[in-house]
Amino acid sequence: MDLFVQQVLAGLAVGGIYASLALALVMIYQATELVNFAQGEMAMFSTYIAWQLVQSGVPFWVAFFLTIVISLIGGVAIERLIIRPARNAPVLAIVIIFIGLLVILNSMAGWIWTYTNQIFPSPFPDRPYLGVNVQELGAIGVTLVVLALVFAFFRYTTLGLAMRAAAQNPTSSRLVGIRVGWMLALGWGLAAAIGGVAGIMVAPKLQLDPNMMGGVLLYAFAGALVGGISSPGGAVLGGFAVGVIENLVGTYVPVVGSQLKLAVALILIVGVLTVRPAGIFGRSVVHRV
Amino acid sequence: MADSSSPAVEAVAVANPPARAMSPARLAGIALALAVALGLPFVVSDFHSFQLTQAIIYAIALLGLNMLTGYNGQISLGHGAFYAIGAYTAAILIDKAGVPYWATLPAAGILCFVVGFLFGLPALRLEGLYLALATLALALVVPQFLRFRPMEGLTNGVQGISLDKPAAPFGLPLTPDQWLYFFALFVAALMFWAGHNMLRGRIGRAMIAIRDHHISAETMGINSALIKSTTFGVSALYTGVAGALSAVVVAFVAPDSFELFLSISLLVGMVIGGLASVSGAIYGGLFVQFVPNIAEEVSKAAPWAIYGVILILFMFFMPAGIAGFVRQIRGWLRKRLAGSPADG
Amino acid sequence: MSMTRRLLCTTGLAAAVALVASPGLAQKKYGPGVTDKEIKIGNTNPYSGPASAYGTIGRTIAAYFEKINAAGGINGRKITFVTLDDGYSPPKTVEQTRKLVEREKVLVIFQGLGTPTNSAIHKYMNSRKVPQLFVATGATKWGQPKKYPWTMGWQPNYQTEGAIYAKYVLQNVKNPKIAVLYQNDDYGKDYLVGLRAGLGAKADSMIAKSLSYEVSSPTVDAQVVQLKNSGANVFLNVTTPKFAVQAIKKAHDLGWKPVHFLNNVSVSVSRVMKPAGYEKSQGIISSAYAKDPTDPQWKNDKEYLEWVAFMKKWYPRGNLNSSFNAYAYAVAKTMEHVLKQAGDNLTRENIMRTAASMKDVRVPMLLPGVMLNTGPGDFRPIEQMQLMRFEGETFKRFGPIIDAGGSS
Repeated sequence: MDLFVQQVLAGLAVGGIYASLALALVMIYQATELVNFAQGEMAMFSTYIAWQLVQSGVPFWVAFFLTIVISLIGGVAIERLIIRPARNAPVLAIVIIFIGLLVILNSMAGWIWTYTNQIFPSPFPDRPYLGVNVQELGAIGVTLVVLALVFAFFRYTTLGLAMRAAAQNPTSSRLVGIRVGWMLALGWGLAAAIGGVAGIMVAPKLQLDPNMMGGVLLYAFAGALVGGISSPGGAVLGGFAVGVIENLVGTYVPVVGSQLKLAVALILIVGVLTVRPAGIFGRSVVHRV
Repeated sequence: MADSSSPAVEAVAVANPPARAMSPARLAGIALALAVALGLPFVVSDFHSFQLTQAIIYAIALLGLNMLTGYNGQISLGHGAFYAIGAYTAAILIDKAGVPYWATLPAAGILCFVVGFLFGLPALRLEGLYLALATLALALVVPQFLRFRPMEGLTNGVQGISLDKPAAPFGLPLTPDQWLYFFALFVAALMFWAGHNMLRGRIGRAMIAIRDHHISAETMGINSALIKSTTFGVSALYTGVAGALSAVVVAFVAPDSFELFLSISLLVGMVIGGLASVSGAIYGGLFVQFVPNIAEEVSKAAPWAIYGVILILFMFFMPAGIAGFVRQIRGWLRKRLAGSPADG
Repeated sequence: MSMTRRLLCTTGLAAAVALVASPGLAQKKYGPGVTDKEIKIGNTNPYSGPASAYGTIGRTIAAYFEKINAAGGINGRKITFVTLDDGYSPPKTVEQTRKLVEREKVLVIFQGLGTPTNSAIHKYMNSRKVPQLFVATGATKWGQPKKYPWTMGWQPNYQTEGAIYAKYVLQNVKNPKIAVLYQNDDYGKDYLVGLRAGLGAKADSMIAKSLSYEVSSPTVDAQVVQLKNSGANVFLNVTTPKFAVQAIKKAHDLGWKPVHFLNNVSVSVSRVMKPAGYEKSQGIISSAYAKDPTDPQWKNDKEYLEWVAFMKKWYPRGNLNSSFNAYAYAVAKTMEHVLKQAGDNLTRENIMRTAASMKDVRVPMLLPGVMLNTGPGDFRPIEQMQLMRFEGETFKRFGPIIDAGGSS
């Protein structure tokens, strides 16, 4: 039993990493109906900015909030300069633009800060607790706070409502007076800010390097889809679920489990999606024919 | 010169008209290109022949991917998996069973067709993002599978399989690189011709119909499930043959050769080359092979940043890919040559 | 003596003196890429992609050759170091290597990085008779002079190190139950092979559990949980620095205190032991053949200070905490030594011959007592390592310098 509990806790801890990036993916999806494959690299770049601030002597939490602001502005800028000119291009062309963005950010980060791993400080004390570390629990806590804020934003604020409207029905939204273009930009900005928070929270564990988010993005994507890409809570739950499932598969499925646990976990996820295509908590969207 | 595109037809066809019958001018163009291609290895170095061979191989793989995504609307972020399966099939057959290299291509193709078809079946339930995730999963699973310890007897695990480069047969006065170039060119010509015919025919039209409006397509009696799975299979077949060719040409396979980056490169090549276009596959193949090298020449410090900028610029100015752009130019030229209506 | 005879004698004597005094003068032999003023050396490194952290090795080497060139080069020839990115992808390595050999016409390919990447060009280099010199990998297959006379390794191989730990366990641990965490590639698997070889017949009974992880995995926590649960009292930690930190921390958080072996690749006080936490790292055993630049015991060491000065002047962006950069410095010095020895006979054959006749050659940043030794049947330059244990804030070496040397 002890092994099981340990693996579940460890799975939640790593799942927290996936969940935090999944939140950013959901935010961007809510605003633009697109999955931004460059989200991980944007988060990584924000984390480097935070790191640079801390290295220059700025206290941790000041750097934290400064990075959020910088990321917000950066996300808006990216949307205005790179995404907006291509808004009428076919979907796959936009995907290629995301890939281009991904590659640029990765390469620039490597060029500016080199590819050597950097140690990133955690604001939480380094103490074991029930087999996991207080630092990891603190990171999960911050993720949940951000989730609550995002949920409240979309549910209870006019701005959040306007953003969802702009994404789902731009024409009608314009008729009602919503500045659709700026809603998209804001969506990007917020997603970038959330990504920045995610990066700062996971960097102490993963160590900071340009390829830090590479492996995480896939899991975050899977978690968001399995939980429901249109639901922030679902996506976060999905992220945690993916972490736990992968650990349990690795531990309890014989032979195959330990070496192919990524494969088995993904097969399970795809299996879930074939049964419930919109994800567990997602809403099935019905399109008119 | 017959011009079959009236404005109404053009509008419906959007940016990707189905492959049409060859006009004499078009055939002449292809013949010219082929002549150039046949002459190249004799004027460039062995190394360049090697690079061009790789571009041809990518073109075959991209035609496969284009069939699935461009013509049939099923997105795949994981075609590197079929490339890897094809490559390893060839390598294992050559290394462990002494099969001659040219015979491994059909074997790889058939195996990949089966795998692709079987994968296409559950994928029927998935669309868009979800299909993307499933194919992404496939791309990540295959290298892990290739490293799997119980399979090491077959795959050599992480060490990879090293092959010998074949020499030209029948004592032809060609270097191995030149010979492999012609061999790849021959295979490509065969497969492109077959692919073009298929896409132009009933199956191709059915594929496109499913892509554009699958409910209407089914109403018209198209067996959507069968077509979609078969398309997956054929697409995998093409990419698998390309993989097998690459194993012969590079003479080495290892799990590290088939990481996610390969699948992403194929996707990029397909879109940049031009969706739903046979010639797009050729442009894409050249792009995937040579543009990273160009980027490296431009900037040693951050070559991939340059590559990313190139990608974005291409999508700004040629959202329908190079093939789409070429089509635009041709259409523009045709209008100018035909003169304005006032000229009579 | 008659005049003619005296003349003949003098001429003969002069000729003899000339031949003895300057053996190279009469034999200026050049291979491709060599002129009176230049030696062209090729290299592939992963400057992008998942292994890009190793790319700093190529940069350090480039910086070192720049330093030599500024001082006039080697025997009056400047080194043109052409290094290309292969992204750790074997097909790309083949393409870039062919470019270096066939278009750039380099003399040798020096320090290509990675096992699958070097494997991809192994046959090509040997059939073309181009030196594949001092490859940057610890795989065991690079020391086979009979089958592959143009390929030579440099660092001690991973299997040897695994076997060294096995011997220590057999001698010092009662009732050992061994848990192994290894990276799922040639590097990780080679250690496992070495461990098993060192344990001999008892391998299966002593290894309680071995688990792998992928380079792209975010964490190795799940594996550590399982390994602890196997009841093992020995832990062989074959991970790269980032994962080494995670493993050390997780083991501590779980309250697991095995005899902990850390592989040499992750030996770095400032990049592993410090971030993991000094208190958590006490007693960790490893082995080394080179000096860890972040270990305080070398703070005032002459070689270390020279290395720091070199980095600061020639590669200021290079990380002074990275043992990769110290490694690169030592390898570059080895290449310099070989080129100097070869003098004016700079053919590919002679370069290989010179590289294969190193006797007790010492380069900076190697541990005291560790030297390079090669011979016609021995293509493994460094085969010595010394065990060390982490105490306080430094690694204390103990025991003799272990020589795994001999023929391949």
